[in-house]
Amino acid sequence: MSQFKMHLLVCAGTGCHSSQSDLVYEMLRDEVDRKRLEGEVQIIRTGCFGFCEKGPIVKVLPDNTFYTQVKPSDAREIIDEHVIKGRRVERLLYLDPETEEHVLDSKHMGFYKKQLRIALRNCGTIDPENIDESIARNAYQALGKAITEMSPQETIDLIKRSGLRGRGGAGFPTGLKWEIASRNQADRKYVVCNADEGDPGAFMDRSILEGDPHSVLEAMAICGYCIGATKGLIYIRAEYPLAIRRLKVAIAQAREYGLLGEQIFGTSFSFDISLKYGAGAFVCGEETALIHSMEGKRGEPANKPPFPAQSGYLGKPTNVNNVETLANIPVIILKGAEWFSSIGTEKSKGTKVFALAGKINNVGLIEVPMGITLREIIYEIGGGIKNNKKFKAVQTGGPSGGCLTEKHLDTPIDYESLTAAGSMMGSGGMIVLDEDDCMVSVAKFYLDFIVEESCGKCAPCRIGNKRLFETLERICNGKGTEEDLEKLKNLSNVIKDTSLCGLGQTSPNPVLSTLSNFYDEYKEHVFDKKCRSGRCQNLLYYVIDDEDCVGCMACVRVCPVNAITGAKKQTHYIHQDKCIKCGACMEKCQFDAISLLNDYPRLSPVTADA
Amino acid sequence: MMEHTTGIKTLADLKRIQEEVRARISLRDKAENPESLVQVKVAMATCGIASGAKEVMEFFALELDKRGIDAVVTQTGCMGYCFAEPTVEITLPGHDPMVFGYVNPKKADEIIERYIKNGELVDGIIPQNYNTIES
Repeated sequence: MSQFKMHLLVCAGTGCHSSQSDLVYEMLRDEVDRKRLEGEVQIIRTGCFGFCEKGPIVKVLPDNTFYTQVKPSDAREIIDEHVIKGRRVERLLYLDPETEEHVLDSKHMGFYKKQLRIALRNCGTIDPENIDESIARNAYQALGKAITEMSPQETIDLIKRSGLRGRGGAGFPTGLKWEIASRNQADRKYVVCNADEGDPGAFMDRSILEGDPHSVLEAMAICGYCIGATKGLIYIRAEYPLAIRRLKVAIAQAREYGLLGEQIFGTSFSFDISLKYGAGAFVCGEETALIHSMEGKRGEPANKPPFPAQSGYLGKPTNVNNVETLANIPVIILKGAEWFSSIGTEKSKGTKVFALAGKINNVGLIEVPMGITLREIIYEIGGGIKNNKKFKAVQTGGPSGGCLTEKHLDTPIDYESLTAAGSMMGSGGMIVLDEDDCMVSVAKFYLDFIVEESCGKCAPCRIGNKRLFETLERICNGKGTEEDLEKLKNLSNVIKDTSLCGLGQTSPNPVLSTLSNFYDEYKEHVFDKKCRSGRCQNLLYYVIDDEDCVGCMACVRVCPVNAITGAKKQTHYIHQDKCIKCGACMEKCQFDAISLLNDYPRLSPVTADA
Repeated sequence: MMEHTTGIKTLADLKRIQEEVRARISLRDKAENPESLVQVKVAMATCGIASGAKEVMEFFALELDKRGIDAVVTQTGCMGYCFAEPTVEITLPGHDPMVFGYVNPKKADEIIERYIKNGELVDGIIPQNYNTIES
């Protein structure tokens, strides 16, 4: 076997892919061929490195050089300079925003220092379309160990002892879930992988499937062995084409090796996996709705009980786990429950993957031990707030979660602490907001999403959320009343208490948490008709400056609703009650006399005789 | 891409295949902690290549692996000792880098056996008489 002296890892996750990393890969290959280096330099397409902010990423080994924002045209320089002459291409190195120095290798980047990658252990290290590379990194060893050396109950006990909890949001203990499914007797059982990732801005599951599909396949087979199922199904949204392709390749390769199929590892255990596509409905992440959708029915949730573990897919006992939960399983079996439970907090063990987004310097995918503080995530890993603005809040848990504020910055993050703070772990979306964001608008954004995604089966969710949205819209438009604030709170609580499924039961969370953390902003919108961030278009006011206005009449003529009054060579005045905020006056004014303020102007017009 | 289509029948099969494919990505595992490994840098500028540095580099890569020494072999640019090419810089864990000149496969063999394995100094060391700035 040839020994490559250098490995060039090119990120082929969706993020980098969309900024031409495939072309970078092609160009690097061409360049290597041209220079006759095929036998010495290996170029590998890997899964996501997590540092999506600066993609496409190319990592050069063995010296760990981390190139960011590589363009196809940079390929030649990388090969000529770095590979052949051994000199790093300085301009492509990551620039530390604090020290303003180039960082030579990824180990010294703040982004990676505090991370602990378990679920993402192979993302960015192996070629996801080559099963040999996965095997070299221990893939299928845990499956082999479980089915040849352990009983199903021993395996379940191990998972229980590890303290692993569901990473999809609710945090139900995984081992217990498996145990319940294993105790239900039936002629057929199913293992389902929930890859219907729907939170806005979240891409944890997609990245795992794209970067390390075998870890998920292996874990599903282990689960099948534990609960007595021979069939696995991955419910994945059709809008993840790259993940689907890699899964298909991985399943085909695993079958060819006999790691899926009949009599795995020479035992009597057989297991196979197929894919089911979803159309991208948020509610289908809820397990009963997901199962309906797989059966070809409407993606609507059902009452629990019966739980899927009793009667799930086609009425058979079904165990549904999230992608990230599954990705943890093989490592736990190989390294032991004690190893895993030594990481994290008392009740939340292990790590959590977060998709870091919003007003933060290092947007990307991170995996951190439970118990880390928000401050560490935002300021150390995330590199702080963009443009040195002031931190305002973090939205966690997506549309079902809530906002955490400055006072929560030093709270250790785990399932319990987030719930106590009025948010939730959710699947791991983390959107950072700064002083320019309006919290009422943020709540409105999520409600808009919920109204769109509510399946409509139960009235509280279908009608209640619509009313919540309308009330928020009224407030943002400056038409809110004191009564509206009271209504928001009451209606939210009713929706929470009476909705059928998890979607409705958590949908008012963004409203409730912004109400409790940012009540001042709501009050400003309602009583002062003011939006301090300037986000709410209808709470901005066009005002003419007395000193700059020369009285040319240009704005008076252009105003389509005659909201501007004033005679020639007299200071003009905009009547706010008539103004429709089209901005035509501001565009027309040649003296920059018209400005946009977020405070309601209380001055009256300068009268002609004054 | 897949080299073993015979199928995996036992856990031992899987482990055997793992041993075979591990070398392919061992560089990626090693790169996680380069400080704990023997680092061999071969000067591969025009002068080095012309004097046979490529052959020396291949020798190091192959032999270190064969002799079970965890090492990272990389190439680097001209170190300035063009008179003594091929030149090789070797860093043992916890030691300062040491530069050897006029390295051919025979010399390389001696360096592996005596310097890398036992820390004995061998002929051909070029004393480092300059300082570099930290980059």
